[in-house]
Amino acid sequence: MSQIPALVRVFAYLSILTVGGGMAAFPEMKILTVEVHQWLTFPQLIHLYSVGQMAPGPNMMMIVAIGQWVGGMFGAVAVLIAFFGPTALLTFVVARLWQKMEKWPWRTSIQQGLAPVSIGLLLAGCFTMARGAISGMETAAIAVGVLLILQQYKVNPALLVAGSAVLGMFSFAPK
Amino acid sequence: MSERATKLVLQRGVDSDAASAEVSIGLIFLEFLIIGATSFGGVVPYLRGSLVTKRHWVDDKEFVEMLSISQSLPGLNATNMAILVGDKLRGALGSLAAIIGICLPGAVLMYVVGVFYRSHGDHDFVTAALKGVAAAAVGLILSTVMGLSKKALAGKIDFVFMALTVIAVNRFHQSVPRTLVAVGLLAIFFHRPPKKQKESATL
Repeated sequence: MSQIPALVRVFAYLSILTVGGGMAAFPEMKILTVEVHQWLTFPQLIHLYSVGQMAPGPNMMMIVAIGQWVGGMFGAVAVLIAFFGPTALLTFVVARLWQKMEKWPWRTSIQQGLAPVSIGLLLAGCFTMARGAISGMETAAIAVGVLLILQQYKVNPALLVAGSAVLGMFSFAPK
Repeated sequence: MSERATKLVLQRGVDSDAASAEVSIGLIFLEFLIIGATSFGGVVPYLRGSLVTKRHWVDDKEFVEMLSISQSLPGLNATNMAILVGDKLRGALGSLAAIIGICLPGAVLMYVVGVFYRSHGDHDFVTAALKGVAAAAVGLILSTVMGLSKKALAGKIDFVFMALTVIAVNRFHQSVPRTLVAVGLLAIFFHRPPKKQKESATL
């Protein structure tokens, strides 16, 4: 129970890092939740994140599961507020200003400059995760397969993730 | 002419406000709750379908504008959009109703998943399925990165900034905020507004 303040601190900090998408915070999330506080193992973090991709709504809801593990129902609610509160407030305030600054020439510069960095952060998060999730030819094939299918066809990604679960169950389960 | 245009827009705004009169807080909550419960595989298309096509709460141009703001600010696209649309409809309370609505279904689901995973996560067949799921998630993020790169990266130099970010975080284990500030400032400076504006102002 005494872990609640630490949960709030960690997830409020991670909240601010989600520039471009939730994945941008993943490297730091791994360091803080796995290495520093040892709330869960790296494979568990990867599992929760991946399962979270099948859930509807904002795609970082797996944080609720971490909160629940560490602090029960109260921990789950604390993590939710800590993770979504700060950026919600920031967006609320900044967006009102931002819309008024339409003529400010640096506005475009900031948007153009942040784009490659935020995409880079997503990619960095992806690589951090791949280190734990890609363990051989089979898992690499699934990742590349999903990428190619999504590039080529308009498929709902949640279906592909679910399909990969079935595929994994058949190919990785011990006989 | 632009004045007349604004007047027209305003008038239309008044009309459509009259049509959708007072969007009640309850309706905002309900609509975002539905999006939160049904948006499998990515929220943005569902947001568009619901807010632009079904409810006419924002038009297409506004939607794209809001999305680009959501992308530039910290926070997930889904929740940032909820804040912006809620604010437009009913101010702070609207924002609150929208963000709670869009988060609630996924949060409850992941709460249950967390409990189940804790007790059954080490079963062989669950581990095997999760191995597949994790690999698929990697492919999914890569696809998101590629989609964004095509849309948002302007020139070769942007790929350099992207690579710098990846190397700083993955290779040199720099913290995300430090990387964001250092490479971000560099990239913003590179994309600084052209000096022309000053010259044209003096002309």
